[in-house]
Amino acid sequence: MNGFDLSAILRNQEYVAMLVHGIEMTFIIYIGSWLLAMTLALILLCIRFSPSRFGDRAVAAYVSYHRNVPTLVQLMLWYFGIFTLLPSGLADWLTAHNAETIFAVIGLGLCQAAYFSEDLRSGLRSVSPGQMEAAKALGHSYLSAMRFIILPQGVRNALPPLINHSVSLFKNSSLAIVIGAPELTHAVKEIENLSFRTFEIYLIGTVLYLVFSLLIMGAGAYFAMRADPERRARA
Amino acid sequence: MIGDIINIIKDYWLLLLIGQYPNGPLGGLANTLILSALSIALAFPVSILLALARLSKWGLLRWPVTALVYITRGVPLLMLILWSYFLVPLLTGADVPSFYTMLTTLVIYQGAFLSEVVRAGIVALGPGQMDAARALGHSYMGAMRFIILPQALYNMIPSMISTFVATIKDTTLGYVINVPDLTFAASQVNNQLLTQPFQVFLILAAVYYAICWSLTHVANVIERRIARKRAGVVSRQSPASLAQVKVITEQP
Repeated sequence: MNGFDLSAILRNQEYVAMLVHGIEMTFIIYIGSWLLAMTLALILLCIRFSPSRFGDRAVAAYVSYHRNVPTLVQLMLWYFGIFTLLPSGLADWLTAHNAETIFAVIGLGLCQAAYFSEDLRSGLRSVSPGQMEAAKALGHSYLSAMRFIILPQGVRNALPPLINHSVSLFKNSSLAIVIGAPELTHAVKEIENLSFRTFEIYLIGTVLYLVFSLLIMGAGAYFAMRADPERRARA
Repeated sequence: MIGDIINIIKDYWLLLLIGQYPNGPLGGLANTLILSALSIALAFPVSILLALARLSKWGLLRWPVTALVYITRGVPLLMLILWSYFLVPLLTGADVPSFYTMLTTLVIYQGAFLSEVVRAGIVALGPGQMDAARALGHSYMGAMRFIILPQALYNMIPSMISTFVATIKDTTLGYVINVPDLTFAASQVNNQLLTQPFQVFLILAAVYYAICWSLTHVANVIERRIARKRAGVVSRQSPASLAQVKVITEQP
């Protein structure tokens, strides 16, 4: 092992290309699962607020499963378990189209949907029922009260946990290494095996993750500030 | 399908429960629970020290710890595990079992997360408690020891339990460095059977679900009891700040 030398990795075009590809895949998994999670979370939220008791129970069970089983086990169940149960035509198609990445997106997205829907729900519930009554008394319809009075406040209340969970989703994208998706941690491990410069490449990987996490936190804080009328008025 | 599951449990329950013990290292569910309990027990004092350092008026103490907390919150646990796997043997110069590598990582990681909980708990008490304690002649440390921490820590018991649940879920990541825990045992079973991966991992998920669900349930019961008990003592703000604390600890 030679002395500390970052340039041994950063000057090597092959390694840099691997890192860039890793970052790309990490972001594909992250953005894909974030969108899937948010869409599902909104659907789950609508079911929860609908009068059906069965729907409410089903969503509660969904949330409970995804919150109480480790994300890693959920990913393993998807990739090692459910993958093998699929009809062979579909399984072949998936194998030809990066099955690892697709299952990482599905697994992480379904898991995160449970967190997002709970964040949104508690945000909406923290708006006091008096707001709805007042809006109706002032002549708003149910939908317009929702649109102009309840949702803006509820979503603003839900923003801090949503940002927290968006950051942890980004960090959790590294779990995809266990099912072999070629994301950033995977690239880091591979470069380590090729170059034997463990310290340098781990440092690069850590700094990359840290920078992206902080960027997501920062973007979230910016949104939260924009959404807060009091602070916007002051700024 | 259900028959398969029952058969797997019948054949492999001992492996899933304690691993290859006594013919090999302790593993399985027992090891998962020991690992999480040890990490939370060690992370607890660490987190109080970190929280006190973050609230300290000396920048020399505050800044490095703040940086540490932000780094641990911004970097995936997996990356930290890889770091420990590389650094712990290098620093101690010995062949360290993966169990201790994982333990070190979890203590640092959960210590940083818990320190945020402790800090929020202390801040939620409000400055009046400290002022009153100082006015009665307590030193800063004395006030912390006898007035602030007992109240803050009591309010935080539910968050501690949810951190414990998070730790149980995090121990699964030991899989990447071959810590002999429940996940590892399940993948061993899967490697022996080869034909029933779905059933094996379904059992795995069900076991984790049962443990984490019951602990979360306990946390909720205790939380309600504490909220009722303190309703008259602490200002009305406190349940809200406790909810905030729970948001910080709840990680997937």
